[in-house]
Amino acid sequence: MSRDPIIQVDRLVARYGDDTILEDVSFTVDRGEVFVVIGASGCGKSTLMRHMLGLDRPFSGQVKINGIDIHRCSDEQFRRTLRSIGVLFQNSALFGSMTLAENVALPILEYTRLPPGSIDQLIRMKLCMVELSGFEGHLPSEISGGMKKRAGLARAMALNPEILFLDEPTSGLDPVISAEIDQLIRHINQSLGATMVIVTHDLGSIMNIADRAVMLDKEHKGIIAEGDPRTLRDSADNPDVRRFFRREAKNESLAR
Amino acid sequence: MTSPGDAANGPADRDSSRRASYEFHPSESGDLRIELAGKIDVSTAPALRTEIQNAVGSNTGGAVVIDLGRVSHLDDFGALLISELRQQAEADGRGFSLIQVPENVERILALVHFDDESVCRPLPKKERPNIVVRLGRATIGQTFDTQYTISFLGSAVLALLTVLVRPRSLRWGETLTQMEKTGVDALPIVGLISFLLGLVMAFTSALQLEQFGANIYVASLVALAMVSELGPIMTAIIVAGRSGSAFAAELGSMRISEEIDALFIMGFRPTLFLAAPRIVAAMIVVPLLTLFSDLFAIAGGLMVGVTMLDLTPHSYISQTMKTLTLFEVMWGLMKSMVFAAVVSWVGCLRGFQTRGGAAGVGNAATSAVVSAIFLIILFDSVFAVIRSYW
Repeated sequence: MSRDPIIQVDRLVARYGDDTILEDVSFTVDRGEVFVVIGASGCGKSTLMRHMLGLDRPFSGQVKINGIDIHRCSDEQFRRTLRSIGVLFQNSALFGSMTLAENVALPILEYTRLPPGSIDQLIRMKLCMVELSGFEGHLPSEISGGMKKRAGLARAMALNPEILFLDEPTSGLDPVISAEIDQLIRHINQSLGATMVIVTHDLGSIMNIADRAVMLDKEHKGIIAEGDPRTLRDSADNPDVRRFFRREAKNESLAR
Repeated sequence: MTSPGDAANGPADRDSSRRASYEFHPSESGDLRIELAGKIDVSTAPALRTEIQNAVGSNTGGAVVIDLGRVSHLDDFGALLISELRQQAEADGRGFSLIQVPENVERILALVHFDDESVCRPLPKKERPNIVVRLGRATIGQTFDTQYTISFLGSAVLALLTVLVRPRSLRWGETLTQMEKTGVDALPIVGLISFLLGLVMAFTSALQLEQFGANIYVASLVALAMVSELGPIMTAIIVAGRSGSAFAAELGSMRISEEIDALFIMGFRPTLFLAAPRIVAAMIVVPLLTLFSDLFAIAGGLMVGVTMLDLTPHSYISQTMKTLTLFEVMWGLMKSMVFAAVVSWVGCLRGFQTRGGAAGVGNAATSAVVSAIFLIILFDSVFAVIRSYW
């Protein structure tokens, strides 16, 4: 398969105050792939994602989406780039005062010209894609955690962006619902052709959905492994990587 | 939205052969075959939709047949286009079918449940419940609200009694923090507002009293009005705006993020843990604030008296002392303590009652201030009645 990079992260250094979280991180994400960022808690996964989205400014280095350096381009270019991005935030970030339908409709109303009747129907299709038909009129506070994730996903996909960023799409969900969300992510990736960047530490979902993964490490402040997660699990040289994939404790004395 | 020809910045303009287009092929049998081609997606479908619908509307005859053989990519906006064509055809009593559906398009149609009646058909409008039902619901809601208010009043009183009996059950560290936030931090604004209030009162009354040569009574008026009425009320209203709303917002956020439930499960009494320190802190500092408010207002009056009314500071102050009795001062402070209890109690109540999300917290803060001001005025009238029958 020929490589067609859609996101390029080049020598990214991320700092909060004096704390360096990421040091010299470089990788690329190819068009149409499911790319997973993994790593132990606190290793900078969410920091990396915030920098890739332009929410935080890097100390040095650059992030290019579709060839545009999102931290140094004009506001106009940045806004246009944002339209090709959809994000599912870790706790869904649904607007609490709006129903699910209104949440999903918000970007559609802003960026397309469709009559209200068509938008209604489109939203029912979107919610149906994420198995939430019948919940159009519910408020986010009235539905469960798994449903919120799915509604957040529907809102992220409202304009069918080229790239979907998903921050821990399965955290805090039961295995069955997690598997359903994995399946949904796969479906959406295959049928809509969206590139997926997923931050997670859910082993099951990594194995189920990832085409390629990078693993971040707190001590190295950067990438310690990159490749197909199945290969990493079976033949990684780094003991930290093996431990992560085999779900082993670091401290042997605690293991028994 | 963009027209099919200039689909903006999508992958489409990298590959112009994949742009969306359509062709009409009327057949002799009367059927209308519409051949779609290219990328039918978010950037192209909304524009195509109107064109095709108008064209289909002006064509009458047999079945509508959609040929998807040359569609390279289709998303749910495309599916919407097809689904609306189907509705249009069905409404006109014409047949409808899809032919040459590529595999990737089929996947999308399955994903959006294209053949599911409940998804891809217009919904019947939901009827609003009639007035009796709505009135009933509102009454039930109000009843539960009142019930909660009464039970919260009870548990707040119980918590305060617990504090009286066992002072160690109160979190004194938290109480001190709240005293600082409610009292010390409010001092500058209370002082400034009271000073200006004293200034204004003295100035306005001087205009009248001067005509009778009764300048000296400006001091009595400012002192009496401030100590027995305006001092307690103004201070309580400022505290309601600063701290009552803060209590509601803070406890409201804790309520919706389940922190209050966590406290309850850990065996704490949320009222004792959260509300008691705030109510106790307010009851201690608000009378002190009121005292400061009285002093600043008298200082304001003094300034007008000395600069505009040719009174000496000494005569102004001695007139003030002559007017005020200890009972008057204590009555004002007692009132302000009651106001403090009411303001902080209703702030905590609204916090505990918060439901929903961010908007709920906003409503709680608003409602805390409005209820607090109402209750301050209500209690003040009660005190006035008590005073008149003393």
